[in-house]
Amino acid sequence: MGEARRPIAAVVGSGNIGTDLVFKLLRSKELELRYLIGIDETSDGLARGRGLGLEVSAEGAEWLLTRAEMPEIVFEATSAYVHERNAPLYAEAGIHAVDLTPAALGPYVVPPVNLDAHLAMMNVNMVTCGGQATIPIVAAVSRVTPVDYAEIVATVASRSAGPGTRANIDEFTRTTAAAVAKVGGARTSKAIIVLNPADPPLIMRDTVFCAIGREIDEDAVTASIEAMVASVAEYVPGYRLLNAPQFDEGRVAVFLEVEGNGDYLPRYAGNLDIMTSAAARVGDQIARHLVGAAR
Amino acid sequence: MTVRETLPIDVRITDSSLRDGSHAKSHQFTVDEVSTVVESLDAVGVPVIEVSHGDGLGGSSFTYGFSGTNERELIAAAVSAARKAKIACLLLPGVGTMDDMRAAADLGASVMRVATHCTEADIASQHFSVARELGLETVGFLMMSHSIGGEELAKQARIMVDAGAECVYVTDSAGALILDGVTERISALVAEVGAQAQVGFHGHQNLSLGVANTVFAIRAGAKQVDGCTRAFGAGAGNTPTEALVAVLDRLGIRTGVDVFGIMDAAEEVVRPIMEGESALDRLSLMMGYAGVYSSFLRHAYRAAERYGVSGAEILRLCGERKLVGGQEDQIIDIALELQGS
Repeated sequence: MGEARRPIAAVVGSGNIGTDLVFKLLRSKELELRYLIGIDETSDGLARGRGLGLEVSAEGAEWLLTRAEMPEIVFEATSAYVHERNAPLYAEAGIHAVDLTPAALGPYVVPPVNLDAHLAMMNVNMVTCGGQATIPIVAAVSRVTPVDYAEIVATVASRSAGPGTRANIDEFTRTTAAAVAKVGGARTSKAIIVLNPADPPLIMRDTVFCAIGREIDEDAVTASIEAMVASVAEYVPGYRLLNAPQFDEGRVAVFLEVEGNGDYLPRYAGNLDIMTSAAARVGDQIARHLVGAAR
Repeated sequence: MTVRETLPIDVRITDSSLRDGSHAKSHQFTVDEVSTVVESLDAVGVPVIEVSHGDGLGGSSFTYGFSGTNERELIAAAVSAARKAKIACLLLPGVGTMDDMRAAADLGASVMRVATHCTEADIASQHFSVARELGLETVGFLMMSHSIGGEELAKQARIMVDAGAECVYVTDSAGALILDGVTERISALVAEVGAQAQVGFHGHQNLSLGVANTVFAIRAGAKQVDGCTRAFGAGAGNTPTEALVAVLDRLGIRTGVDVFGIMDAAEEVVRPIMEGESALDRLSLMMGYAGVYSSFLRHAYRAAERYGVSGAEILRLCGERKLVGGQEDQIIDIALELQGS
């Protein structure tokens, strides 16, 4: 296994998310992170990437396409606007794109729920932080019993919500709600986000409510949720249930905490960590798929 | 900006019984109740009446409580019942969206009040600009204003005004501000944004200071203030509109609201649709003292009963953990922790 080919990967975007992703991808056994693209030659992110042995550039996605060895997988951690511009370039070059922006040109992917179905897609989207944290739970319930309505509340530390999220908070609620239904398997859905400025910053909290029938096997639902939490914790070690699922008058409530790994971002920023961890997971699976397909 | 009333008034009252009162009624207002209250408040000269789910447009949910009647039906009923009064709606970005705002505007609401936690004004920028594009009058709400000082609050008000807010409220969501604390914050906002926008005050009764705090706010320069008739609102209730009108009348501050008319409306129209009086009891006093968002009250009562733990203890922990408006989901979690400890 140690001799298996490792597809080359690139991270485009050297902000907080891109830099944290670099740390995670450098640990990958499935792919080889080689390139980091930023927009500012003097930025902290690029300097850090260079220090970690990456080939860096501030010349954009076009630069990647002129490399003698082009990447097979690109992680886009820029903005929806930039990804919309870059996506056709990647597609034309036959590069798999893992999109961490709200552009959502490709299907929503939540690793333990639907990644296997989309491994061959050339562009997949990572939904939102709240989506990555809560959709697995909705799916865990809906695989046992129909979910008529699912509602999620994501509470994040104010300091971990970047300018992009703040400027377009409706995008978070709409995208998350859409993916809770589409990927989570709920008939209808709602998403709520709350920013809390407490100091020291609070660790990301998520609450999931699912409307289910009254005559259901509570133990089976609980077991499914617990198994799903374990699946997510494989790639987000700080993902945990705070209490046992609570069943009340036709609904189940699930309380979660997501603590980050503290790679580049602080541990309280579990919301950012779960995005980069899930993206790294997706990258590994795509790499494995590419290597397998070539054999 | 100019005051839009035809009658000369010194301060404009917005009555929030049909929005903040929604909390105290577990969001079960009916079309008839809304129509009756709007007709009566309108008739006695209340210039602005707010109608929405307690947690704002789109608030109907497991987390905050489902509306008995879709708020859009309630807004439509309010608009058709009002002859002179403007109908206002509340929106919390993160809970409701601009789609909800557009729907409310289509139904005839004309004032959009956009609320954020007092340190997070920048999440509302889009909402203010869209509201202005829709031709709505805009008001910004800096919730939990007790939790930061005037200087910091004024910077947040500046963000809202730059984004399109025509008035910014010091919103005492926890009913935790005390007299001079109101003056300090209102003065800071007036100094920062007074040239471009009005400043407002929204008070609760958790420390029994609703009317007094509002008088302090007006003396410091507030031009818009909130009340709820019969204090019909979250926590220990809001500044009672009828008492506020009476006090301001005695102080010679013109509101355009008929003193005896609003007393009658409080007694004969609003009180009958309330489940009980808004009371300054142990839990609501704890909210004012510990600085807890007033609408947590009913949720704390329910969780205390369901899990056999102390409601006062739940609220004390809400304060200790610095929960902000919208984090009602954490109340169950806190109750479970108390049960397990």
